[in-house]
Amino acid sequence: MKELSLNILDIAENSVKAGATLVQILLAETSDTLTLTVADNGCGMTPEVLRGVTDPFYTTRTTRKVGLGLPLLKLAAEQTGGSVRLTSRYIGEDPENHGTEVVAVFHTDHIDFTPMGDVVSTILTLIQGSPEIDFLFRHQRNGSTVELDTRRLREVLGAEVPLNSFEVLQWIEEYLREQYQT
Amino acid sequence: MKSLAELAEIRERMKDKIVLREGNNDIRIVVGMATCGIAAGARPVLNAFVEGVNAEGLADRVTVSQTGCIGICQYEPVVEVFQSGKDKVTYVKMTAEKAARVLKDHIKGGKVVDEYTITYAKKA
Repeated sequence: MKELSLNILDIAENSVKAGATLVQILLAETSDTLTLTVADNGCGMTPEVLRGVTDPFYTTRTTRKVGLGLPLLKLAAEQTGGSVRLTSRYIGEDPENHGTEVVAVFHTDHIDFTPMGDVVSTILTLIQGSPEIDFLFRHQRNGSTVELDTRRLREVLGAEVPLNSFEVLQWIEEYLREQYQT
Repeated sequence: MKSLAELAEIRERMKDKIVLREGNNDIRIVVGMATCGIAAGARPVLNAFVEGVNAEGLADRVTVSQTGCIGICQYEPVVEVFQSGKDKVTYVKMTAEKAARVLKDHIKGGKVVDEYTITYAKKA
């Protein structure tokens, strides 16, 4: 992946496919690290699946179950001296409190750190593709925070205007880009 | 600053439009957005279609949606066009520029852009 924001898009798509109703995408920067958290309330994974998902050669492949997304994220993190941690609670074992959390730490001063790229475009793509799901995006950097919570937008828009209406997507884009400029 | 009040205005403006729009979408543009598609550059292609459909005033009869991996990863970014009463058209190795041409020639003009299709790519 040419941009970290593309890894983020790819990993968040897993949450969408896991049937999540809320996907949190959190970025926290220090002077030399970046921590990415993608946390969802989807169906989660069993311990066996969880063990295998970062192995690119692992597959249960009767139907496609895991792909290259997590191995690519792991590679992107580890090539900077960072790491990826995965935790998951499977719906079959924990029907009340299930979901998956991916935490990736990157050393941003490492030469192999993949640039962030256009993370706003990633958020827009996610909302465009899954307007029924809520996304909480928060990017903390240099003491300032960029934030978007689609639950707030939904309160204003009501049920009849989908979040992926073009005018709403345009508003979201400007809303986020403005926050990045300040 | 962008305010939530603007969103409320959008809501007001859209009330009438939505009723009109239902059941009118006879063209579906589907962009492959799995790992393979994303890595090959599907995100700007999707955005070009989303923006283009609105800029060209096609929103009331065209929907743009996303799908997973359809198994031809070497041809990504892949875009499929579904239209009622017509064969599916599969465009391969798409870019934002190609998307603009597909919108103009095919979606608006009704003429498939042959040289971007998978049939053409396989012959070459």
